[in-house]
Amino acid sequence: MTSLPQVEVLWWHGCPSTEQAIELVREEMGRLGLEPQQLAVREVRDHADAERNRFVGSPTIRVDGRDIQGPGDEPVGLTCRVYRLRDGRVSALPDRAEVSAALRAAIEPGKRA
Amino acid sequence: MNEAEQAALGAPAPALELPDTSGERHGLPAGPAQAPATVVFWTCNHCPYALAWHGRIVEVAGEYAERGVRFLAVNSNDSARYPADSPEAMRERVERERWPFPYLWDEDQTAAREWGALVTPHLFVLDAELRLRYQGAPDADHRDPALRAEWLRRALDAVLAGAEPPASTEPVGCSIKWKET
Repeated sequence: MTSLPQVEVLWWHGCPSTEQAIELVREEMGRLGLEPQQLAVREVRDHADAERNRFVGSPTIRVDGRDIQGPGDEPVGLTCRVYRLRDGRVSALPDRAEVSAALRAAIEPGKRA
Repeated sequence: MNEAEQAALGAPAPALELPDTSGERHGLPAGPAQAPATVVFWTCNHCPYALAWHGRIVEVAGEYAERGVRFLAVNSNDSARYPADSPEAMRERVERERWPFPYLWDEDQTAAREWGALVTPHLFVLDAELRLRYQGAPDADHRDPALRAEWLRRALDAVLAGAEPPASTEPVGCSIKWKET
């Protein structure tokens, strides 16, 4: 039996992308048969909170505790997350396909990268 | 309202005099030969919105240079808490990317407060008399390069033609990183 993946969005008030990120993740959860309301949304309020959560920028999206893009060597801090899209562009949000791939990998562990 | 008070449309722009990444000072007014339009915009090195829009702004600067439009980029972020916005990092970026306009360091954040800069990027378009004619975002979506900073272009075209610029827009981006007091 496979347990449902734990999906969370961590956000900080200094970035305007939070609502779009939540909408994006919920849409992909729904598309894959997951319950969108199960998404955990957590605010990172201060630097201590960022340290505790190894938060490298808003929005941070994790599936079963795994960052969907990998934090790389980004320092912990209260900032906006820089996502590299698959076509090389910079964005404040990840590719939809990247969110979907992370969710699929959690639902079907054999597909985890 | 944030830490800053918004500059009023149609009013004279606040004064500006700041050093660039080589220490040379730039300001408004520029001297006896005033530009027909000036773009002052807040940006930084670490914000995805500023990074995503930067190429579009550079393109506009290149295309409007022959019409005498002047561009000044300003970074007001607290570099103690955000080292990616240190003057050294600013200088490295200007040299690596060969910026076509000065990148000014607002160390004490006075300019950001006086101009009412809220986020990066936040654009201010001035006419030849240095009155504020447009403030806001370059275009509607940092993720869509096809928009080509069209709001900025329309504002410049209007100012250069002596026409009424389009309505200002809500700037979208990362909040200015104010120093903690």
